[in-house]
Amino acid sequence: MSRLGTLLARETALAWGRGGGPLVSVGFYAGVATLLPLAIGPEPARLAAIAPGAAWVALALASLLSLDRLFERDFEDGALDHLALSPVPLELTCAVKCLGQWLATGAPLALAAPIAAIGLGAKLDMTPLILACALIGGLAFAFTGGIGAALSLGARRGGLLTAVIVLPLFVPPVIFGGGALAAFAGGLPWPGGFILLAAYAAAAVALGPLAMAAACRNALS
Amino acid sequence: MIDALTLDRAAVQRGGRLLFADLSLSLVAGQACALTGANGAGKTSLLRAVAGLVPLEAGAVGFGGLDPTEARGAGLHLIGHQDGLKPARTTREELSFWSHWCGGDAAAIDEATQALDLGPLMDLEVRRLSAGQRRRLALARLLAAPRPLWLLDEPLSPLDAGWRTRFGAMMQAHLKGGGLILAAVHDPLPIKAKTLEIGAQGAGE
Repeated sequence: MSRLGTLLARETALAWGRGGGPLVSVGFYAGVATLLPLAIGPEPARLAAIAPGAAWVALALASLLSLDRLFERDFEDGALDHLALSPVPLELTCAVKCLGQWLATGAPLALAAPIAAIGLGAKLDMTPLILACALIGGLAFAFTGGIGAALSLGARRGGLLTAVIVLPLFVPPVIFGGGALAAFAGGLPWPGGFILLAAYAAAAVALGPLAMAAACRNALS
Repeated sequence: MIDALTLDRAAVQRGGRLLFADLSLSLVAGQACALTGANGAGKTSLLRAVAGLVPLEAGAVGFGGLDPTEARGAGLHLIGHQDGLKPARTTREELSFWSHWCGGDAAAIDEATQALDLGPLMDLEVRRLSAGQRRRLALARLLAAPRPLWLLDEPLSPLDAGWRTRFGAMMQAHLKGGGLILAAVHDPLPIKAKTLEIGAQGAGE
């Protein structure tokens, strides 16, 4: 399994440098989180009510950044050929690529999420749940995002296409995660939404690589 | 371990155009074949078809009775224009990653570094390498992770005269050790090889 280890190290390093890596993603995230109160108005009560949800949507959008490069660079420079010519199944290779993407951008975004939410006026005691939702939701975003990135291989302006393919796939995690956060903020039972979010992430991790590998094989042939 | 490569009446179609049909070839361990043909004749497509990246329209590729998926996964190298090297990463990082990915170990990587004289380039970013140096880096994985079948797409074109000779010796050594080489070329290979011309029907000896 040393092969997968070296691949994960490479993918994380590449994702870290790709399109500015975590700094740009987190910066974009901070930008969106700052724009929201400017549009909605500065009253703390109104802001506090939407803070967790707003932070959550901004997170989904920030996860889209640099996603288009996940497979495209390797496709253009031939690395995908060499990754495919290996005893390692392409499905596993795709999964490791998404994991690298999550480590390099999803995890830093998850660390930024509670800060953004609290900055918008969320209560301090929400921090653990926001962090947990962002970490697990980030996995779902990375693995469903990988499907869009692989499907748009070879297309002109693949980045836009990736976003159009991926945004509908982001709907369930946004609903589940947003629901859990809203329930927690309102003092209602929140585990239901959280469990659904985790289930969606698990399904994305399990099934996403199958779709990605099929899309990659199609693009290569 | 691949010890034979056969093409049986292979045909490849790209973008709705039939590139070639009825192409047959038989290589056994220790043999090389130079694949020639005009630009666009389908040399690269044939190499990719042997590697399983492009589907055959008709015919078959055989690896001496081995399961094709296993044979391709662990038994061949494909070195072409698209070398998969990332411009922003250093020679050391790229050599180390691709060699490990192909199943090489540290000792073999050292050996390849020596053989292709990559030592002075190790800390340079790939973007700073010349075309010939970059090709040497790509070729290094042939030695760093030994596999029997080499599919080479114009391996010599960016190399200078001295390196063409040295790479010729490496190919010779590979054949001597029971390897097989299928190389798309415009200039003659510096080793004894069959030729297969795409576009002129059939295989010649």
